[in-house]
Amino acid sequence: MALLASGNVSAAYIPDRDERGGFNFDNVARNEMMSQNGLKFKAAMKTGTTITGVCFKGGVVLGADTRSTNGETVADKNCEKIHYIAPNIYCCGAGTAADTEAVTGMIASALELHRLATKRKSRVVTALTMLKSHLFKYQGHVGAALVLGGVDINGPHLFSVHPHGSSDSLPFATMGSGSLAAMAVFEADFKEDMTEEEAKEIVARSIRAGIFNDLGSGSNVDLCVITADKVDYLRNYECPNERTYVRSKGYDFPPGTTVLNRRNFMTATAATLPVNQIVDIIDGAPEDVASGDAMQTD
Amino acid sequence: MPHDGSGPTTRANWSPYDNNGGTVLAVAGEDYVVCAADTRMSTGYNILTRDYKKIDQMSDKCVLASAGFMADAVTLKKTLKARCTTYEFQNDKPMGCVSFAQMLSNTLYYRRFFPYYTFNIVAGLDAEGKGAVFTYDAVGSYERTNYSCQGSGQGLIMPVLDNQLKTVSPLVLPAQSSATPLSESEAVDLVKDCFATAGERDIYTGDTVEIWIINKDGVRKEYQELKLD
Repeated sequence: MALLASGNVSAAYIPDRDERGGFNFDNVARNEMMSQNGLKFKAAMKTGTTITGVCFKGGVVLGADTRSTNGETVADKNCEKIHYIAPNIYCCGAGTAADTEAVTGMIASALELHRLATKRKSRVVTALTMLKSHLFKYQGHVGAALVLGGVDINGPHLFSVHPHGSSDSLPFATMGSGSLAAMAVFEADFKEDMTEEEAKEIVARSIRAGIFNDLGSGSNVDLCVITADKVDYLRNYECPNERTYVRSKGYDFPPGTTVLNRRNFMTATAATLPVNQIVDIIDGAPEDVASGDAMQTD
Repeated sequence: MPHDGSGPTTRANWSPYDNNGGTVLAVAGEDYVVCAADTRMSTGYNILTRDYKKIDQMSDKCVLASAGFMADAVTLKKTLKARCTTYEFQNDKPMGCVSFAQMLSNTLYYRRFFPYYTFNIVAGLDAEGKGAVFTYDAVGSYERTNYSCQGSGQGLIMPVLDNQLKTVSPLVLPAQSSATPLSESEAVDLVKDCFATAGERDIYTGDTVEIWIINKDGVRKEYQELKLD
């Protein structure tokens, strides 16, 4: 892994460990045997997702919904799918949640070191190359589908990256289970050289198309606008899915709802409690705690 | 591949069934019954329509709510409605709720080995005018209860109903009414909140809840918007 440092192989180099890379495959053979014997493994959490991006005059806009699903249930109603890569580069992730987070985090930290070594701003193609070579190495088993965007010395760039490591350089890109709904919006209304406001509007609309028409996507719209001189991370830019009804009566349970079967009081003394706990009790409550009077029982 | 039966055979992996999602629910009161269902119909990650009515009136004081596979539900309801009409002509009175419940069970069990993939709740008023809820599995096992929920939101809603509407044990003396302690408006309020909550976490529940309320004055409907995502 430590190839960035230089060609110098130090004394601490352990071939068996260092050439194997970041993942541990010790349990692969065992797990294969277990699943052949009928064990069902739990599936990893997937972000059934809508993520999009568009190039406009002078920058890129990235967009994402905020639903994370586990089968047919919603696991997180407001998760973040636009990940930081570099001050001038962000990346939307769809697919296996753990993979999108790990892969963007790894590349963000490798690029930070690269910037310190080279004293130059990161380029989007560098992030792209690092991402796709990692994904290709793992032959699709790292299940990350990405929309990568940023502005560097060569201007605005937008790429989509598939889990097997292929990529496209595009004026507009969509990924995830809502990609078809979102792409319909771009195919209908995309223009070259839009203004920042036009670009934000079309990206938000493409995400809404995913939120409302794809069951894997939902909740809120996140945007990230990147230009040469600023980045606007617009978390919860739109919240079009507020709860529609709340019971007027509420769900207050009166004291005694849970039947009390047995009660047992102990008197706290210096002999029965460690010193630090005695200090807590004296700090927190008046003296009647010790006699048990303050405790609610019914 | 030779067609002499010597080669390996492959089985078609087409299924005659689908699951179109959706949640149905009913609560029986002393002199009313509330039956509700969301109006979303979906398959996989797609919404087929946001305005599908899962509840149908079968006779004057009896409705049927079905979740599961909607093509089967349509066929089942067509058969049941025809039988209700025939019954009314032959007996000069509409079919009662309890009789209808038995007929549904028979109809489902008739298809024991190629079932209608539907999950049904019958809601109505019985001969004494009390609220009645009957709940089924896909092959006709059924039971009269005070409340029930079926479909994709069942796992989210049923524990709330158990908590809020817990039935008095039939062994308690003196015997107590097993109807829910809630008034009609309180029951409707609870039903709306159950659907709003299920809609937060179940991707197949949403769009609108249709609520049927049956009491001595007749049949009434209410609608409540849900989230569209």
